[in-house]
Amino acid sequence: MRKIYIKEEVCIGCGLCEVYCQLQHASVHDLIKAFKKRGPRPLARARVEAKGNLSFSVRCRNCDEPQCVYACLTGAITRDTESGMITVDEEKCIGCCTCMLVCPLGAIKQDKEHKKMIKCDFCQGEETPACVANCPNEALFCVEYEGAEKKVTAEIPSPV
Amino acid sequence: MEKTERIKYLIIGNSAGGIGAIEAIREVDTSGTITIVSDEPYPVYSRPLISDLLAGKRTIDKLNYRPFDFYEQNRISTIFGNRVTKLDLTNNTVFLDSGQKIGWDKLLLATGGTPIVPPIEGREAGGVFTFTTLADARAIDDYIRQKPDANAVVIGGGLIGVSVTESLLNRQVKVTIIEMKDRILNVILDEKTSSMEDKAVRDSGAEIITGHTVSKINGNTHGEVYGVTLDNGSVIPCGMVIIAIGVRPRLELVSGTDIRVNRGIVVDKHMETSIPGIYACGDVAEAYDFVYRENRLTPVWPNAYLGGRTAGLNMAGKETDYPGGTNINSMKYFGVYIVSAGMIVAPDTTYDEIITNHEDIYKKLILKDGLITGMVFSGDVDRAGIIYNLMRDRINVESFKQSLVTDDVGLLSLPEKVWRNRLATAPVVNGIENSIN
Ligand SMILES: Cc1cc2nc3c(=O)[nH]c(=O)nc-3n(C[C@H](O)[C@H](O)[C@H](O)COP(=O)(O)OP(=O)(O)OC[C@H]3O[C@@H](n4cnc5c(N)ncnc54)[C@H](O)[C@@H]3O)c2cc1C
Ligand code: SF4
Ligand code: SF4
Repeated sequence: MRKIYIKEEVCIGCGLCEVYCQLQHASVHDLIKAFKKRGPRPLARARVEAKGNLSFSVRCRNCDEPQCVYACLTGAITRDTESGMITVDEEKCIGCCTCMLVCPLGAIKQDKEHKKMIKCDFCQGEETPACVANCPNEALFCVEYEGAEKKVTAEIPSPV
Repeated sequence: MEKTERIKYLIIGNSAGGIGAIEAIREVDTSGTITIVSDEPYPVYSRPLISDLLAGKRTIDKLNYRPFDFYEQNRISTIFGNRVTKLDLTNNTVFLDSGQKIGWDKLLLATGGTPIVPPIEGREAGGVFTFTTLADARAIDDYIRQKPDANAVVIGGGLIGVSVTESLLNRQVKVTIIEMKDRILNVILDEKTSSMEDKAVRDSGAEIITGHTVSKINGNTHGEVYGVTLDNGSVIPCGMVIIAIGVRPRLELVSGTDIRVNRGIVVDKHMETSIPGIYACGDVAEAYDFVYRENRLTPVWPNAYLGGRTAGLNMAGKETDYPGGTNINSMKYFGVYIVSAGMIVAPDTTYDEIITNHEDIYKKLILKDGLITGMVFSGDVDRAGIIYNLMRDRINVESFKQSLVTDDVGLLSLPEKVWRNRLATAPVVNGIENSIN
């Protein structure tokens, strides 16, 4: 299984990951055409957040316990057993947004035109995802896993 | 004496809860025998999709929740179209209406809900339906084909009532909703958002009568419905009636047994009932609600799956706590997007409400002592999950609560510790420094 990680200390919040994600998922692979000419702008599956000097790029992490899969009303979201990637079957998805309500990262969103959910798909078969390939500061990198990811133990503030 | 077949994991109910359990069991135990029983004759389908079937938006072969070879792939034996009639807790055995007996090592009751049908006079008339199963949707569909001019009265303006209304309107059936309370969707929406839905329903051509109930369903000499009489004596002519008052836990198997029942089957944090080895989940179970911090009925699909998953892991010996569930709803009836979770209105003045409302966007949080106990968002529901998870993890949001209802809410609205945890960033691999921890 593959995951994309961020190094927020070198992210400058330029938003190029979003741009190249949009381009990757557009019907034409030309920036001007994709952004200016062919109907609505393609949607990014990554999102840059910024506050002061701090910024990072957020996308689906293909969680070990994927709440979206558990919540999906129709069975449209599943984990691909080979790649480990969480995928949305567009034919099954009814765009009810239940998955969006449970995703802790806000990493799945609706394509409002087609009423289907979209999320990071690792650029479907590309050697390196477009965001990783085009980040000028190497603030994004890919890691390939054999099994499950090592659990991270950062603590959540305890309830009062 | 005839020998009873004994199954390691016996699952009653082939829906969200039952499938969640099966998938979890197979993660832990790849070979233990599993049998799933349902009185519905089909492989698992997505129950909420029956409205798309009735609306004519989706065919029956597209309702399946899992691929059709799911059972075979997971080595599950299936008994569909048969009802379990009795539990024998002394011998760990169930009896089926076919006469078959099955023994179990671990049992899961995922029997779901059953529609509430109040004792209204005339409810046996032809043309009176409920709407919770695929068979219901098909029966209504057949009826509409036979009587394309029949208009409908929908009793109950809750989720199921509004859902069936949308489907019927799609089929050009005129609809009147009769809601006893003063507004539709009053259990899952607050006043603001329910009035938005009210408007959307009316704009789509349906009528809504609130504050009244149906006291009688009127049938003709052929036993067919021709109208309803309301509690104020007024009469609404109609050719069909859908009773959509709600569902209640389907408890027929456990009543009279030692399994502890309150409003639903009471389960502990492992989703185990008061009888060891017997588990319950989904609409039939009363499981932990993290908002109210007590066991409650939370009859929604995601909780049924997650409860089933938790039960399955425990049944297979992997001790796991149910993270808890609360009522969550995400709807897009008549094109209006609304999500709600937990409390929808502050129960008393010890709770705070923070609201933003501009143009089409409405975001409301209910808080107590810095903890989120409820949320209702409409218009912009993107990233609502960030907030839902703060509620679920009981994170104190007092110092940043205002930022949670802004348009650009994101992970950076949260304290560093929390967003780092959410992103659970890089591990050390091949010399790449772990940048976060
Ligand atoms: C029209 C409609 C729309 C809905 N929309 C939504 C929505 O948008 N979002 C959402 O979260 N939820 C929605 N729900 C609710 C959701 O479908 C339920 O919460 C969910 O199906 C519960 O799953 P479950 O596994 O507990 O039980 P169920 O789905 O009720 O399944 C239980 C199964 O067990 C079988 N069974 C029961 N007793 C026996 C027995 N004795 N012998 C054999 N079989 C038995 C039943 O026949 C049934 O097949 C909707 C429901 C309806 C009806
Ligand atoms: S969409 Fe969200 S919940 Fe689902 S796997 Fe991705 S990050 Fe996890
Ligand atoms: S929006 Fe699509 S993918 Fe998400 S829960 Fe609904 S059906 Fe599943």
